[in-house]
Amino acid sequence: MQRQMTGARMVVQALKDQGVEVVFGYPGGAVLPIYDEIFQQNDIRHILVRHEQGAVHMAEGYARSTGKPGVVLVTSGPGATNAVTGLTDALMDSIPLVVLSGQVPTFMIGTDGFQEADTVGITRPCTKHNWLVKDTDRLAETLHQAFHIATSGRPGPVLIDIPKDVQFATGSYSGPAEARVSHYRPRTEPEAEAVARLVELIETAERPVFYTGGGVINSGPAASRALRELVDATGFPITSTLMGLGAYPASGKGWLGMLGMHGLYEANLAMHGCDLMINLGARFDDRITGRIADFSPRSTKVHVDIDPSSINKVIHVDLPIIGDVGTVLAAALEAWTARGRRVNGAALQKWWGQIEQWKLKNCLAYAPSKATIKPQYALQRLEALTKGRDRYITTEVGQHQMWAAQFLGFEAPNRWMTSGGLGTMGYGLPASIGVQIAHPEALVINVAGEASWLMNMQEMGTAVQFRTPVKQFILNNERLGMVRQWQQLLHGERYSHSWSESLPDFVKLAEAFGCKGIRCDNPADLDEAILAMLDHDGPVIFDCLVEKHENCFPMIPSGKPHNEMLLGDAAVAGAIEAGGAVLV
Amino acid sequence: MSALNIKKGSTSHSAYDLRDPHAEVVESHTLAVLVDNEAGVLARVIGLFSGRGYNIDSLTVAEIDHKGHRSRITVVTRGTPAVIEQIKAQLGRLVPVHEVHDLTVEGAAVERELALFKVRGTGDKRIEALRLAEIFRANVVDSTLESFVFEITGTIEKIDAFAELMRPLGLVDVARTGVAALPRGF
Ligand SMILES: Cc1ncc(C[n+]2csc(CCOP(=O)(O)OP(=O)(O)O)c2C)c(N)n1
Ligand SMILES: [Mg+2]
Repeated sequence: MQRQMTGARMVVQALKDQGVEVVFGYPGGAVLPIYDEIFQQNDIRHILVRHEQGAVHMAEGYARSTGKPGVVLVTSGPGATNAVTGLTDALMDSIPLVVLSGQVPTFMIGTDGFQEADTVGITRPCTKHNWLVKDTDRLAETLHQAFHIATSGRPGPVLIDIPKDVQFATGSYSGPAEARVSHYRPRTEPEAEAVARLVELIETAERPVFYTGGGVINSGPAASRALRELVDATGFPITSTLMGLGAYPASGKGWLGMLGMHGLYEANLAMHGCDLMINLGARFDDRITGRIADFSPRSTKVHVDIDPSSINKVIHVDLPIIGDVGTVLAAALEAWTARGRRVNGAALQKWWGQIEQWKLKNCLAYAPSKATIKPQYALQRLEALTKGRDRYITTEVGQHQMWAAQFLGFEAPNRWMTSGGLGTMGYGLPASIGVQIAHPEALVINVAGEASWLMNMQEMGTAVQFRTPVKQFILNNERLGMVRQWQQLLHGERYSHSWSESLPDFVKLAEAFGCKGIRCDNPADLDEAILAMLDHDGPVIFDCLVEKHENCFPMIPSGKPHNEMLLGDAAVAGAIEAGGAVLV
Repeated sequence: MSALNIKKGSTSHSAYDLRDPHAEVVESHTLAVLVDNEAGVLARVIGLFSGRGYNIDSLTVAEIDHKGHRSRITVVTRGTPAVIEQIKAQLGRLVPVHEVHDLTVEGAAVERELALFKVRGTGDKRIEALRLAEIFRANVVDSTLESFVFEITGTIEKIDAFAELMRPLGLVDVARTGVAALPRGF
C-alpha cells in the first residue's frame, strides 16, 4: 500500500517498519527535517551522542550484542566524515549497520556548498554498499533495501545519503514487503557433496581442530548451538579468533583458548600440528596465520564461509564450503549422525595427550606482585568477581584488549565486543553504551587502556545523560602499552612517543562528567574496589593503576610461524628479525 | 594437499578448478561484468581494482539494456591464477553486480577494440602509411593534405602492431576504446 508523505517522515516510517527501536545520532542543518519528525513521535528512541564516531561504535555495540542492525543518523559534511572510522571498523568486522547522512540539497551538489562532502565517494570503500537518493519516490525502497543488504549474506555497514530537499519533498511510501531486494541473495545452503566430504574428514581425522571466527556469532544463536553439539559430540579441540569468542563456551571441554598473535600456546600449536583444520566463519587474518609459508603445513584445510571472496584469499584450502555457518553445521551434524557419528577415537586420544602436554606450559603465567597491580591479575579478579552474572564486555585496543581476551572467559555468544579487524582505539567506551542501551539490566564493562579511552571519552556525557550504568575499567599503565612493547622488541628499546604525559585525573574527570570515579593502585585493595564499581548504580570510571612495563605474552612475532612463539620468560631482545619488522 | 582429490578454487563450480592454484605465472584475463547501471557503479568497480592493487589493462563500459538499466563492463586484467580468482570473487560480491564471466577460461571468445590513429606526413611516408592501412583494413575517416585519421578494429595485438608501424611514419595521436568481448557460439 502506498501513502504520500515527506521524505523526512518516510525515514522515520521505514525505521519503524523495519522494527528499529533506537537510533544513535547527532543533528545538523542537513538532517533537521528528520530530527523534526523524530521529535513528533515516541516509537523510536534517539540517543544523542557527543561525536559521530561514538554514534557508529554505539550502533556496533548494539548490533554485535543483539544480532540486529544498528542505526545511525548524522548530518552532512563533518557529520558524515566523522562516521568514516566507525564504518570502516564495521566493514572489517562484518557488523550490520544502517547509517543515514544528510546532504546539501540536490541543486547544490557539486558547488562546494556549506557542509557539502562527497559522502558516497568517501564512504564507498568503507561500506558494503551506499546510495545517494535524489528522488523522494525512491527513498522508501532504498531504505528497505539498505536493511536487507546490511543484514544478509556477510553483514556489513551501508549508508544512505539524503539531500535536504529530498527530505522536504513529498513522495509515495511503500513498506518493506514491496521493496525489490530480489537480486541480492547470497547463497546460504552448502552443496551436499561438500558437506559429505567434510563428514568423511571428521570420521578419519587423527589430529583435528576447529578454528572458529566471528562468522559463527554473525550467523546467530543456532550456529553456536550446533557448534557446541558438534564439538562436544566429536570430542575435537576447538580454538577461536578474537572475533569468535563465546560461540563455544570457555568452560567447555574442547576449549583451547584464543589463537593467533597473542593466542594460547596450546591453541597455536594445535593449529600448527593438526591434520584436519575446520575453519568455521573465520578468514585466515594475518594475526592468525603468522608466516603464510609455514602456516599449518601438514593439514587438510576446510573453510566454511558465506563470502566466496574469503575462500583462497590468503590460504589455499582443500575443501571450500560456501554457505551460512549455522546451516552448514546443521547439515554436517545431520549427515554425520546418519552415518553413525564415528570418529577416530584412538588417534584423538593421542592428540589430546599431546595437547595436554602443551597446556602444561601454562603460557599465561606471569610474575605476580604484591606491590603493584599486574594487569593480568586485575583481569583475573574482574573475572572472578563477575563470573555468573549477565555480563557483557567491550574493549579498547592494545595490550589490555589481548589480556582481556586471554583472561576473561565467555560462555555465550554476543557477550564480547571488540574492534578486531581495524583495531580502533576509542571503540570500547561508545560500544559499551550501545550494548547497555540494548541490555539495560545487564552488567556492561569496557576493559580499557587509558590512551584508547581518551580517544572517545566525550561519550561519558552520553552515558550520564542516558543513565547507562557502564563500567569503564581502565588498566592505566600510563603508556601506549602495545606500542611500547613493540618498541622494546623491535626498535632497540627506543620508546618514541609511547607514553602518556599529563594524563587527566580520572576520578576528577568522573566527577566532572557527573559520575562515579574510583582509583586503585594496591593489589590488596583491588577486590573491594571492583565490588564498589559493580555495586554502584550508575556509570563508573575505574582508574586501575597497573604495572607500566608488563608485556603481553604469548606473542608470535610478525613474520614468524605458530611454532615460534615467544613466551613470558623468553629472552625477547632480538627475537624479531628485520624481515618481520616491516610487518604490522 | 588433500588425499580426497577435492576440487580447488574459490567456488566448486569455478573453471579455476582445472588450473594449478599455486602457479606463479601471470596471465591476462578478459572479464565481462554485468551490472545495474546505477550511479557510482563504475567507481565501485574501479575502486575495487585500485584499492586492492589489481591491474586494469583495458576497461570499457556502456549500457547494453536501456529498459533494464543493465551495463556491461569488459575488463582486461593481469594476475596469477589465485589473483584472478580473487578479482572475480571480489567483483561478484559488489551489490550491483549480477554476473561475472571470465571469457578467457569459459571457452573461445571474440575480442575487438576500435582505435583512431592520426598520422602526419608527406611524400613517401604518407603513401606508405596509406598502403599499410589498407593491409590492416583500416579506414581513412579524415584527411588533410598533410594528415590522415585511420579507424581500425581488431584485437589488442593487431592494434598494437599497427601502432608500431605508424610510429616512424608520423603518428601523432591515438585514441583507443578498450576491448569489447563476447563468447563465441551459444
Ligand atoms: C586510532 C588508533 N590509533 C593508533 C593505534 C595504534 N595503537 C595500537 S595499540 C596502541 C596503544 C594503546 O594504548 P592504551 O589504550 O593505553 O592500551 P595499552 O596497550 O596500554 O593496554 C596504539 C597507539 C590504533 N590501534 N588505533
Ligand atoms: Mg595504556
